[in-house]
Amino acid sequence: MRSSGPRQGRVARDPAYSSLPGWVLVPAAAGAAFVVVPLLALGLRVDWSRFGELLGSPSSLAALTLSLQTSAVATLACLVLGVPMALVLARRRFPGRQVVRSLALLPLVLPPVVGGIALLYTFGRRGLLGQTLDVLGVPVAFTSVAVVLAQTFVALPFLVVSLEGTLRSVGQRYEAVAATLGAPPSTVLCRVTLPLVLPGLLSGAVLSFARALGEFGATITFAGSLQGVTRTLPLEIYLRQVDDPDAAMALSLVLVAVAIGITVATARLGERAHR
Amino acid sequence: MTLACAATLAARGFDIDLEVGEGERVAVLGQNGSGKSTLLGVLAGTLRPDAGRASLDGRVLFDLGPGRRLWLPPHRRGIALLAQDPLLFPHLTVLDNVAFAPRVGGAPRADARARAERWLEEVEVLPLAGRRPHELSGGEAQRVALARALAAEPALLLLDEPMAAVDVAVAPMLRRVLRRVLAGRTTMIVTHDLLDALLLSDRLVVMEEGRVAESGPTEETLRHPRAGFTARLAGLNLIRGTRDGGGVVGRDGVRIDGTTGDAPALRDGDPAAAAFAPAEVSIYLSPPTGSPRNHLPVTITEVEPHGELVRVRGDDHHGHSIAADVTPVSVAELDLYPGRDVTFVVKAATVTIYPA
Repeated sequence: MRSSGPRQGRVARDPAYSSLPGWVLVPAAAGAAFVVVPLLALGLRVDWSRFGELLGSPSSLAALTLSLQTSAVATLACLVLGVPMALVLARRRFPGRQVVRSLALLPLVLPPVVGGIALLYTFGRRGLLGQTLDVLGVPVAFTSVAVVLAQTFVALPFLVVSLEGTLRSVGQRYEAVAATLGAPPSTVLCRVTLPLVLPGLLSGAVLSFARALGEFGATITFAGSLQGVTRTLPLEIYLRQVDDPDAAMALSLVLVAVAIGITVATARLGERAHR
Repeated sequence: MTLACAATLAARGFDIDLEVGEGERVAVLGQNGSGKSTLLGVLAGTLRPDAGRASLDGRVLFDLGPGRRLWLPPHRRGIALLAQDPLLFPHLTVLDNVAFAPRVGGAPRADARARAERWLEEVEVLPLAGRRPHELSGGEAQRVALARALAAEPALLLLDEPMAAVDVAVAPMLRRVLRRVLAGRTTMIVTHDLLDALLLSDRLVVMEEGRVAESGPTEETLRHPRAGFTARLAGLNLIRGTRDGGGVVGRDGVRIDGTTGDAPALRDGDPAAAAFAPAEVSIYLSPPTGSPRNHLPVTITEVEPHGELVRVRGDDHHGHSIAADVTPVSVAELDLYPGRDVTFVVKAATVTIYPA
């Protein structure tokens, strides 16, 4: 029954002809080596005999646990805030949309330290909203909440960019069809739009999680470095580098492993999206 | 009537007023940019006119103008749209695609699926119920999309060139299915294809520059076209003007004689049109003499293959492009090429004259 018919959106997967000149391979290989060799160097220098012991130390475990917990919460916050942002940017026309988009994506290009300082003067004890929060009995600065805020601040644009791109490439035609079939806007959003962009949504969430996990500058500026409260894995690595480089290397390797896992996962999601 | 729609949209030069009766199938024809898609968009609710009013089965779809701001969103109109592309939801199976409208309408899952199965059966693709859209051929997908639109039980079904993206080989199958399921269903079908119009519509609406140029029963309108586009579509040459004795005199002075057949009596000076088939036109290098024939001096503009014949188009220098179908042998013998001056000759007996 799979007779020949015009299939849309298919592009030839193995072009027989490539116009790429051979010499491009040389700088390309150099670039790949530039990324891979430092990671290999790290792996070679790790003291594997003490690996378990180094990771199992109370301060390492505390940092690892805190990082995973705060990054998970930050990813959730990114979803709650970022999905509506992406939807509005991709589906609504309003004056100043380009400006709003640029501002929303600012944390991508802003040095994280600057982000940390901005957050400090917003949510800190003497910040714009900090005093009100303090009065309400919700101190933010130098707590785990601050860590989550810092991570969400830097990770949010990753989700917004990824999801907005997917929303645009999917287009609105399916949504229009759903509406003519009688589906009100909320139903269209839940049953058509979100399922269609699920791959983009997931890869955006994974990227946000990765960015949150690696957050350093904004966290140390805004949240400080209290063991078990605000000292996340990157902070722990930075501090250990001074007194116990072996432990720093072991912890770094953990982040490398997580990063590789995430890269593979997003690549898989991307493939599925293109199928 | 079921549908009444009057709407203007200045940005697109769109100004239309039309009605569709209960169970009537209307084919909308016109060149690209004539406003067909605008019409569908305005009805479906994806395009907002500047002013106008439309109602379907007594419900007001929109009422826009000074002091009037009623606008029903697409999902509350009961108007389903089948586009060129099937646009099946890729994350749902064929069955769930068709069950979409019943589900949204509040039917329980089992009930919605039963209804979906019935519609899939109706368009003869029930065995594909468990497939994913990317596992279907173009023709299969379009039939599933048709089932999905029908499952919404729309008061009005819009079809936007439903055959355009389908393989030539499967078009007859889809056309047959459409002909069966559209029977007695209030439908508006936009098409470029004469065959679709003949098989799938009761009435023809021809659009030109955002307006209705002509409207009437399909076969009758194609036989006696009044708009140039309709005539070209029907493969007829058309000369419009006023009745004069045994013929029609165009505004530009071109005269063509013909027969009125069983058409209502025409008086001299009444608006009239003369139509004749390209196959009835013969080509002479110099005007022939004798016999009651029409002679039209033209300059050839086009020489193109047309089936087993060759279609020669000539410009009569009075604004008419007239087609003649001749054999390849005569094209070679007469040495016909664009730019050459020749005479088109057509017997009066083969020219039909009717009121315009």
